Parts: sequence; C-alpha cells; structure tokens
Amino acid sequence: MGFEDTALLSRILTLMTLSFHILYATVGVGVPLMIMIAQWVGIKKNDDHYILLARRWARGFVITVAVGVVTGTAIGLQLSLLWPNFMQLAGNVIALPLFMEVFAFFFEAIFLGIYLYTWDRFEDQRKHLLLLIPVALGAAASSLFITVVNAFMNSPQGFEVLNGELVNVSPLLAMLSPAMPTKVAHVMATAFMTSAFLLASIAAFRMIRGSNHIYHKKALFLTMKLGLVFSIATALIGDFSGKYLAEYQPEKLAAAEWHFETEEGAGLVMFGILDGEEVKYAIKVPYALSILAHSLPNAEVTGLNEFPKDEIPPLWIHYLFDTMVTIGMWLAFFSFVYVAAAWRGWSFIKAKWFRWLIVAGGPLALVAIEAGWWFTEVGRQPWILRGYMKTSEAATTSGQVDLMIILFAGLYFILGAGTIVVLSRMYKRNPVEKELADREAQKGGEQE
Amino acid sequence: MTLEIIGISVLWLFLFLYVIVASIDFGAGFFNAYSAFTNKQHILTNIIQRYLSPVWEVTNVFFVFFFVGIIGFFPQTAYYYGTALLVPASIALVLLSIRGSYYAFATYGAKINHRGYIFMYGLSGLLLPASLSPVLAMSEGGFIKMANDKPYLDYWALFTSPLTWSIVVLSLAAVLYISAVFLTWYADKAGDAKATDLMRKYALIWAGPAIVTATGIIFELRGHNAEHYTRLLDLWWVFGISFLLFVGTVYLIWKRRNYGWAFILLIGQFFTAFFAYGFSHYPYLLYPYLTIYDSFTNESMAIALIIAFIAGLGLLLPSLYLLFRLFLFDKDYVKGKSDYHA
Ligand code: HDD
Ligand code: HEM
Ligand code: HEM
Repeated sequence: MGFEDTALLSRILTLMTLSFHILYATVGVGVPLMIMIAQWVGIKKNDDHYILLARRWARGFVITVAVGVVTGTAIGLQLSLLWPNFMQLAGNVIALPLFMEVFAFFFEAIFLGIYLYTWDRFEDQRKHLLLLIPVALGAAASSLFITVVNAFMNSPQGFEVLNGELVNVSPLLAMLSPAMPTKVAHVMATAFMTSAFLLASIAAFRMIRGSNHIYHKKALFLTMKLGLVFSIATALIGDFSGKYLAEYQPEKLAAAEWHFETEEGAGLVMFGILDGEEVKYAIKVPYALSILAHSLPNAEVTGLNEFPKDEIPPLWIHYLFDTMVTIGMWLAFFSFVYVAAAWRGWSFIKAKWFRWLIVAGGPLALVAIEAGWWFTEVGRQPWILRGYMKTSEAATTSGQVDLMIILFAGLYFILGAGTIVVLSRMYKRNPVEKELADREAQKGGEQE
Repeated sequence: MTLEIIGISVLWLFLFLYVIVASIDFGAGFFNAYSAFTNKQHILTNIIQRYLSPVWEVTNVFFVFFFVGIIGFFPQTAYYYGTALLVPASIALVLLSIRGSYYAFATYGAKINHRGYIFMYGLSGLLLPASLSPVLAMSEGGFIKMANDKPYLDYWALFTSPLTWSIVVLSLAAVLYISAVFLTWYADKAGDAKATDLMRKYALIWAGPAIVTATGIIFELRGHNAEHYTRLLDLWWVFGISFLLFVGTVYLIWKRRNYGWAFILLIGQFFTAFFAYGFSHYPYLLYPYLTIYDSFTNESMAIALIIAFIAGLGLLLPSLYLLFRLFLFDKDYVKGKSDYHA
C-alpha cells in the first residue's frame, strides 16, 4: 500500500476516534459543573428535588465517563500508533501538557470514584459536594491540557529548527501558543453549554411523555438558564477565535468564508454553494467579515490568493463553519426566548411543539461540537503541525490501518448503542416519581 | 543520577504499579466468570463490585500514564514501537473497552448480568495480559526489524519464538496468582469465609506455575539475547531475594495466617524481580536500536516533565490515600454494611 494511502486511512481512523471521543469528553467536562450547581442549589434552598436531580445526573454521568475513558485511552494510544513521526517530533516540544493531563485524569478518576460511592455517607451534605469540586476541576484541566496541545498544532512555537534538529526548546512557551487562550476558552464554554442543553433535552422529553412533576420544571428552568449564559459566552469567545484566525491562520478563515481575494470592507458569506470560484445562493452580510476578523468594518482581510495552492485547506469547511455558527446563534436566541417567557409567565413555552424544540437543543449542540472540531482540524490541512510538518509525512507506514478502521468502527458502534440502551433503561426502570416516593417512605420510616 | 535514569525509573515504577493493580483487576474478572460457570454462583461478584468498580478508572490511568510518559521522556519510542505495535495495541484497546464497558453497563448501569457479558469480561482479563506482554519480548530485539529504514513487526518470528510464549504464559500465571493472593486478603477482611477459602485455593494453585514460568524465561533469554542474559545472571542475588519472598507468601497463605503480610511479601517479590529485570535491560529500550540515551528528549523538556511529575505526585498521593482509606481499609464498607452508591 502506498504512503499516501496509509496517511488517508490514518486520517479516517483518527477522525472516527476523535469524533466519537469528543461527544463523551464534552459531556465529561460539562456535566460535573451542572451536577455541582444543582446540588449546591439543593443544599442552599434545602430542596430535595435539586439534590435528587444531582444524584440522577451523576448516575448517568458515570456511564458516559466510562465510555469517555475507554475511547480516550484509544485516541491517546492511537496518536502514537498512527502518527509516529508527528509524536516523535511533538514529543520533544509539547509532551508537557500531555503528561500533566494524566495527573488531571488521576485526580478526576479518584474523586469521581469517591463521590459516587459516598452518597449519604456524610452527615453534612456540603462535605459530599466538596468531593465533586476536584472532579469538575480535573475534567476541566484535562480539556485545558489537551486543547493546549491542539492549539500548539495550529500555531506552533517554543522551538527552533536548525539543520533538521530541534533546538532551544521551551515547553512553557509551546504551551502558551497564540491559539491557546481563545481555543481553551471556547472549548470549555461549549462543553458547559452543550451539557446544559443536553440535560434540558432530557427534562423536556420527560415532560412531553406526560410527566408533569415539578421536578422536571425545576430541572428545565435551571438548565435553560445555564444554557443561555454559556451560549452567550460561546458566541463571544467564538468571535475572538475568528480574530485569532485572521491574525495567525488567515488561510483557515479565508477558506471558511470563501474569501478569495484580499480586500477591505469584506462581507461575510453565509450558506450558499460553491461553483468553481463562484458563490451561489449565499447571503452576503456586508462588512461583517471585516468586523469578525478585526472589529472594524473597513479592515483588510487576507484572501486565499496570498497562499500557495497546495497550502490551502479544503473549501468545504465553509459548511462546517456555517453549521456551527448557525446552531450557536440559534441556541443563544432560543434559550433567551425561553428564559424571558418563563419569567413573564407566557404559556407558549409549555406547548408541545416548543418542547420538541428544546429536545432538539441537546443533539444540535453536539452537532455543533462535531462541526467545530472538523472545521478546525480539516481547516489546518495540509499541515499536521502548521508550517512544519505535513499530515502526509506524519503517518505510520504500517499496512494494516484499514483493518483497524473496521475493528474500531465496530467497537464504537457497540459502545454508542450500549450507552443509549443502558441510559434509557436505567431511567425507565427508576422514574423520578417512584424514587421520590421511595425517599419519602424511607424518611417516614426513619422518623418513627 | 542522570535525567535519563530518573525518567526511566519513574516510568518503570508506574508500569510496576500498573502491573499489580491491573493484575488484580484482570484476575478478579476471570475468577468471577469461572465461578459463575462452575456454579459457585457469585461468591466473588460482591467483592468485585465493592472493590473494583470504584477504582477501575484509576487503574486505567496508570496505563495511560505509562504510554504518555514514555513518549514524553523518550519520543523516539513513538517511531519504533508506534509503527510496529499498531495491530497488537489496537487489539489490547478493544479488550480494554470490553472491561471498561462491563463496569459501565453491567455494574453501575442497568445491571445487565448476561452470562455472555460476564464471560467476555472474564476472558478479556486473560487476553489482555496475553496481548500486552509480548511487548516485553519485542524489546529483547529480533522481532521489530527494519525495511527501507522503516520499522516493522515480524509476526512470524514473534509467534514462533518460545520466548514470546513463555512471557505470555508467565503473564497469565502471574495475573492469576497476584489477583488470588489479593482477593484472599480482601475476602478475609470482608469476613467472607467462603470466598476466602476459594481464593486461597486459587492462590496456592497458581503459585507453582507463576514461579516455574518466571524461571523458565531466564533460560529462554540465554538463546535469544545473550547480552541481556549475562547481565541478568549478574543480578542472581536479587532474584534470590525475590524467591525467598515468594516462599514467604506461599507459607503464610498455606498456614492461613496474616493474609495482609502475604500480600505485602508478594509485592516485594514482584518488585525485586521487576526491577532486577529492568535494570539488566539497561540501557536498551529496544535491542539493538534504541537506548534510553539516544532516544531521550531535550534537557528542558526533561526537567519540565520531572517538575510536573513531582507536583503531580503531591496531588496524587493524598488523593490515593483517601481512596484507599475509604474503599480498602474502611471496615464497614469492605464488609458491605453500607451502600452509598449514587
Ligand atoms: C456547541 C458548540 C459550538 C458552538 C455553538 C460554536 N462553536 Fe465555535 N467551535 C466549537 C464549538 C462551537 C468547538 C468544538 O469547541 C471548536 C472546535 C475546535 C475548537 O477550538 O473549538 C470551535 C472552533 C471555532 C473556531 C475556530 C478556532 C480555531 O480554529 O482555532 C471559530 C472561529 C469559532 N469556533 C467561532 C464560533 C462562532 C463565531 C460561533 C457563534 C456562535 C461559534 N463558534 C459557535
Ligand atoms: C487528541 C485528543 C485527545 C486525547 C489524546 C485524549 C486522551 C484521553 C484519554 C487517554 C482519556 C482517558 C483518561 C482515563 O483513563 O481516565 C481521556 C478522557 C477524557 N478526555 Fe480526552 N483526549 C483527547 C481529546 C479530548 C478533548 C478535546 C477533551 C475536552 C474537550 C477531552 C476531555 C476528556 C475528559 C474530560 C476525559 C475524562 C473522561 C470523561 O470525563 O469523559 N479529551 N482523554
Ligand atoms: C477532541 C477533539 C478533536 C477532534 C474532534 C478532532 C478531529 C479531528 C479530525 C476530524 C481530523 C481529521 C482531519 C482530516 O481528515 O482532514 C483530525 C486530525 C488529526 N487531529 Fe484532531 N481533533 C481533535 C483534537 C485533537 C488534538 C487535541 C490533537 C493533538 C493532540 C489532535 C491531533 C490530530 C492529528 C494527529 C490528526 C491527523 C492529521 C489530520 O488529518 O489532520 N486532534 N482531528
């Protein structure tokens, strides 16, 4: 098998593993914070519903974490198996955050184990809540460190190449690459936002299925408020990410925006299709691209004409960018409508069609996560380490990648189906109403 | 001590810890399946749920630590081992996934106790050491070869080598032995006399094969890698100590005394043998291509990694202590008097 071929196959396998892992990882980063907030509200208001909410979320969370751990181990090992040349180079410069990440995993895994197996073991509920803080911190730290690695791939620094040798390596400088601040902030905000909308989806779904318990209403209102906050944060930071791109990876932004010629006062292309170099059926917002890139309507935005042909990313990333941004705008707008209407007591938010829209929010956010990652990763092509190493030079020479693709596709299919089956069974067998009744009975029993 | 030595020592220590905790985990799964199928119904299931479920993710991180750490300290290993190990490591990943998903789906989740699943979980506990341990054989050289300057794995040589097979058999025997000794102790602490008796029997059964295969490997090496063999013999006295510790464990288990000490002696036995083996392997990571010196990372990265390691340990040790205090040393929890699962 040719060299190009294994590079392509390795890309497919990497794409598959990462796209699968990122779903669980996002939940893994975001949900601990949601559990923490619910439990905290519950303790403060002395409201058993919120505590139960936290507990039920935690139960589902264990399952997604376990699959996250398994798939994370897979991608961690696959990076070395599929991209040995890249890891050999990168290991010299960016191994530090990867290594630190392992400690974050330790921290998270240890306290998660403790947290899960100590419900009601402490007299003081607050002590139990305290145990969740390291879980949330560990999860956030692991997303921080891995995103630092990814930022480095996009804007490498902290080393020099002299006659093919790496010299003057500075691990800290490599971690503080220009892409790092916006990337880390955006990844975390989107994880929180996605988790909030996913949990809102579940509550809305139970309500559509006829459960009218106040428990679900509380859950829905809480998660939609959180969703609103984090989707606004996401959009703001997303805007900063655009400015970062304009400065450091202009080819990615230009490809995403089908911006062929460098010009001032550039317009933003939304939707549409590409026919040769002609953009059809698009909505063009005047000056908007200049504003996104440099905050000024008349600023100059670099076009694709400034780059060699073989260093331009594929132009279809435009669709990915559109998908992500549209979903982001929609969810921010939609959660705003919900929260405003709930405050004012408008009743259309209780209509069935509206609840279905809420249900759609969680999956949409996941779609935006996938679109966002595909956009950054494909938009970095042909580079694996921008400016230093091309993806095709980084791949393994092993001839068995195709078999491994089949093997892992089967594995992810089973894990994905298993997650869905197990989660839905778990909640179906033990509905909230039943659990609340059981708890009441138990309390009554204790008092007698 | 040079930076290279510090790096490899840290990695070797964590690999050792992984071998111990993973053996307990793998073996327990096997014994569980075995007793389910011989109708000694679920004597072990309880113990597995009480001890293994809360800690399996931590076990897994020891593994992640090792492979992330080795790329960090010795980036060139990615080139040689990464290319050669695609298939065996992928198989190991699938097996690890079976175990992880068993905990997720069967013990925390919907309590799917399908016999097929218990069986796969048990079987994966044996297949995993069998798929991971050949890496040790590969590191002895002769299996990873170069063609056009590119490393590849010679499967035929690997699978026809007696060295490979003795390492595989040793890993199986060791997994079952380590696990049985630990579980004897844990069951005894839990006051479960039936489980203690059963595990004690398994521990005694597997002690023999473990020591015989371990000795066998030393002689296999003579034919395969003479240089390593001589260095190994220079350390005969360490292996001697290891053997005495082994005798101690078996004696205590036999006499039904001090199971806790029996387990500690077992750790000592494996620790001495593991480090003597590692030391005699020095300085090679892969005969004859890679030594810890020529594959080492640059100095600033090495120092950064070591600082991060020390800081990380500062976080890790107290947390691990807390975990063990709650799940291993807490009498009520171990005895199953209290159930606080979310
Ligand atoms: C719920 C998911 C989600 C939503 C609603 C958005 N994003 Fe996003 N975006 C991501 C999820 C995401 C991500 C998955 O987190 C990415 C992929 C890689 C990364 O760094 O973050 C990302 C990357 C990413 C990048 C590329 C950064 C780079 O390559 O370095 C830009 C420019 C934006 N986003 C901009 C936006 C804008 C202007 C949004 C408007 C609302 C937006 N994103 C919504
Ligand atoms: C190339 C990319 C990635 C690699 C190599 C990787 C590696 C890993 C590994 C090895 C684990 C298992 C840890 C364990 O054994 O406990 C893991 C889990 C995890 N990863 Fe990833 N990961 C990647 C991408 C990401 C990203 C982008 C995020 C966050 C946005 C993330 C967040 C997490 C989290 C939070 C966990 C803990 C498990 C969970 O809570 O679901 N990972 N990852
Ligand atoms: C977890 C979030 C991430 C996702 C979903 C993701 C997604 C992707 C996708 C879709 C590709 C294939 C691109 C293509 O075929 O054109 C890819 C490639 C790659 N990514 Fe990422 N990526 C993530 C984070 C990372 C991180 C943190 C690293 C580094 C440690 C990384 C390393 C790579 C490598 C080595 C490749 C192969 C080269 C390539 O095709 O670009 N990725 N990733």
